[in-house]
Amino acid sequence: MATLKELSKRKEGLVGGHRACAGCAASATIRQVLLAAGDKPTVAGIATGCMEVVTTIFPYTAWNVNLVHNAFENSAATVSGIEAAYKVLKRKGKIKDDIQFIAFGGDGGTYDIGLQALSGAIERRHKMLYVCYDNEAYMNTGYQRSSATPYCAHTTTSPAGTKIPGKAQWRKDLTEIVIAHDPAYAAQATPGYYMDLIRKVEKALTADGPSFINVLSPCVPGWGYPSDQTVNISKLAVETLFWPLYEWQDGSYKINMKPREPKPLVDFLKLQARFRHLFKSGNEHLVEEFQAEVNRRWEALLRKEQATSA
Amino acid sequence: MKTVAKTGNEAMAFAMKQINPDVVAAYPITPATEVVQIFSQYVADGEVDTEFVAVESEHSALSACVGASIAGGRVMTSTSSQGLALMHEILYIAAGNRLPIVIALVNRSLSAPINIHCDHSDTMGSREAGWMQLYCANSQEAYDSLIIALKVAEQTAVPAIVSTDAFIISHAMERLEVLEDSDVQNFIGEYEPRFSALDLENPKTYGPLDLQDYFFEHKRAQIDDFSKVLETYEKVAKEYAELSGRYYPALEEYKTEDADVAIFTAGSTADTAKEVVDELREQGRKVGLVRMRMWRPLPVEQIKKALTKFKAVAVMDRSDTMADFGGPVFLETRGMLYDSEEKPLITDYVYGLGGRNIKLTDIARVYDDIEQVTKAGKIEKLITYLGVRGEE
Repeated sequence: MATLKELSKRKEGLVGGHRACAGCAASATIRQVLLAAGDKPTVAGIATGCMEVVTTIFPYTAWNVNLVHNAFENSAATVSGIEAAYKVLKRKGKIKDDIQFIAFGGDGGTYDIGLQALSGAIERRHKMLYVCYDNEAYMNTGYQRSSATPYCAHTTTSPAGTKIPGKAQWRKDLTEIVIAHDPAYAAQATPGYYMDLIRKVEKALTADGPSFINVLSPCVPGWGYPSDQTVNISKLAVETLFWPLYEWQDGSYKINMKPREPKPLVDFLKLQARFRHLFKSGNEHLVEEFQAEVNRRWEALLRKEQATSA
Repeated sequence: MKTVAKTGNEAMAFAMKQINPDVVAAYPITPATEVVQIFSQYVADGEVDTEFVAVESEHSALSACVGASIAGGRVMTSTSSQGLALMHEILYIAAGNRLPIVIALVNRSLSAPINIHCDHSDTMGSREAGWMQLYCANSQEAYDSLIIALKVAEQTAVPAIVSTDAFIISHAMERLEVLEDSDVQNFIGEYEPRFSALDLENPKTYGPLDLQDYFFEHKRAQIDDFSKVLETYEKVAKEYAELSGRYYPALEEYKTEDADVAIFTAGSTADTAKEVVDELREQGRKVGLVRMRMWRPLPVEQIKKALTKFKAVAVMDRSDTMADFGGPVFLETRGMLYDSEEKPLITDYVYGLGGRNIKLTDIARVYDDIEQVTKAGKIEKLITYLGVRGEE
């Protein structure tokens, strides 16, 4: 695994000067993923979304690698096509280099509208890493709810009102859906634990087949917290068990971070405006339900790890 | 050159085999086209070098084609009806990124009601997407047109749709002449992409966000390049004629020199109408036929020149615009002729929707009608829905 010192000397795949918000975790995610990929030629694809919008405004680009943007729902399908062309052009001797392929998409472009394309690409075994930068709602279009939006979160289409306290449903477990496709590698990460993310990207890119990393990427305006708190919130998501760091390969689960004393979920919730309404009197039961569900999912993950460990 | 018996689907798949594209990504939506099945057999038998990507939807089919084309591959796909509708979003993206992808298409009606038979509502609904459109009248032409279209697309960086009428052409066995593989390869040449996302020396961002300060100039440039397609087409079609002995103009005229009236239509119906023209000519009637083959870009000057010599023209449209003003060929034709000093009376016959059979007698009746219009010097009925029960 590349050390921090080695990483610091690599050429950046995504450079500064783009127009992401201060404290944006998604741009940090892409930057770290490309750094981890950095010692081999990389071609990337990206779905329409925050990161495409802030990094590619013509005539500027923040990307030092070839990047292909097609549409919102087809990052996986587009990179499938690039990878297919690469295979045939390599067979014909028109391409000499070994190239690795990374598809990026937000949670809207991955959990929702791009789920079918992602599923198809994994089933066809295209050798690509798909990275979902999951900021838990449609942040680019105005903070609308997605199937990645957590329970009770206020978004512009799941507003906290006098009758309904934010999103009524639990988040879809996309990582598990991907694992059900038997990919070469799958993991959850978050940029607060950046060396964990780097290691997972390296592992994913050397896996023999399609791989997937779901990266929880806190969003300053969408989640409603001060821009200097991104790393803290990213870490709190793990420490409260809200976003477990784990990986899956060859049928086995491995949890990468098991807090000895998990912090209460409220530590994560209370810093964010999207959960502010949960702290009004009368809503205590919602926090309890939320905590219980986080615990239930964590326990289920522990059992999966135990059941699949050698 | 050898003579073979092939259906329209087989003919198009065979042309694809001889083109030997780098990538074909396709999906069998209902109604599916057989072209891809036949082509996958060529892949399975190692007769092509193609990477075949059996995607999970037509949306992903064209999305993967876009990726493969940006990566510098020669790329084709095939679809029909709902599949083209599902590709709609990506049609614009392929054209806007100047990707010379070619679709072998079978024209079928769009749902609802669901129906798998021929009309032109699928491609006519995509005419603003920035793709060249060629409507074929038979299997021979479908085979030849795919080869021509690929070369035009690659020379102009404009994607192309080559279409046949469902069942009437797609499933009907016809005698046709095919070229040798080497002749096709020499004709289309080695593909030299203008750019490639696999070019590591020159990393670029493809498909960036393009806002108010540049978008319009980029669109205008695309429109400008699109207008040059006809010229390239004429050149390539002539080169192909030298190779094959078969010349396909963008607009075909049949027995029009001294004609007073003409039908203006496309696809297999035009071939059927030629029979009617021959019969009526034997009766001494001065009737002709103009067949539109290329409908994007529009060969405007050719259409004006061809149609202004008649006293009356009946457009036969195999789709409707839902504008309460007939079909797209009618609407656009009237637009093109508006400034002409001498112009024919033009009526529209929307026909054959959902595969309703068009008979020789139906076409003969249209000629009767326009001769009547000529005699009267005025149009009694502007738009007719030909052969619809309860209508006439």
